Amino acid sequence: MTAPAQVPAQPGLPAGGGPRRGGARPSVGNRLLSLVGELLIIVGALVGLYVVWQLFYTDVVAEREQQHVLDELDWAYTGPISAGTDVPDESVIEPFAVRRSPETAPVMDEPSFATTFATIYVPRWGSDYVKPISEGTTRRDVLDTLGIGHYVGTGMPGAYGNFAISAHRTTYGKPFNRIAELQDGDALVVQTEEAWYVYRVTEHLIVRPNQVEVIAPNPYAAGAGPDGHYITLTTCHPMYSAAERYIVHGELEYWSPVGEGVPEEIQEEVQP
Amino acid sequence: MIFPFVWNLMPGPVWMRVLLIVVLVTAIVAALFQWVFPWVSVTFDIQDQNIEAGA
Repeated sequence: MTAPAQVPAQPGLPAGGGPRRGGARPSVGNRLLSLVGELLIIVGALVGLYVVWQLFYTDVVAEREQQHVLDELDWAYTGPISAGTDVPDESVIEPFAVRRSPETAPVMDEPSFATTFATIYVPRWGSDYVKPISEGTTRRDVLDTLGIGHYVGTGMPGAYGNFAISAHRTTYGKPFNRIAELQDGDALVVQTEEAWYVYRVTEHLIVRPNQVEVIAPNPYAAGAGPDGHYITLTTCHPMYSAAERYIVHGELEYWSPVGEGVPEEIQEEVQP
Repeated sequence: MIFPFVWNLMPGPVWMRVLLIVVLVTAIVAALFQWVFPWVSVTFDIQDQNIEAGA
């Protein structure tokens, strides 16, 4: 970028390269041409830099931010998620949580915008997968920085209705990167300050971006009232595109108060 | 045109010019990463994963 290849010839000396009208200065046409060439080089460099920023740099920044958010949550479970290698002596493995019926699940009030109110564990995505969930789904304030966002106005965890969340599938820490690996029956474990909620994946589908019925209180019957305790994950599809949306639905299997054990689902290894 | 102009704008000997240009380019890239690219990405909605009416 700094190559001084175009340094003008010294005044008075004939420029090397044949006779040229108007002395040492290149003609207007040549100067215009070199200006266009230089602009093209700059545009190319900008486009290249944008790709580097989007594909690599956003991951670095967002992953750091999301880990920081997680560390700030003093109620989030940080014990050994996997019963494997890292278990310390005097083992502090918590007992398995007692399963309680979805009908009795506590539902918190919707928090203010951009507040982190829950974490999610997905054993299918690795025994160390845990990400924060924050209120709102705007790009700049939530999805590009805090990670997973909760659709304002949809149910909260455990609600009779539909707890709908959204996240990037690529770039910005890519919380839902491996969404296509989820299989029916996989556990989606949500923790709030009060309780654990264990959902089971029931189906996945690919829809157009304007099919809002997938996050409706009853995703199976448009316009109908809620008839279950649902969870919905939305992300983009195909990868690196905004053409369609990948949707995963699940249903609440049980809940358990925090402090009375940890759901066994997050301690089990899922074989791929 | 542009590159020679920037080169001539820098004061001092060659090593100082190179150093100044490196600093300048670094500052420009940092500004792009920090402010310009995030703005471009959000404004032109290059990546969107939300379900919304009228999208």
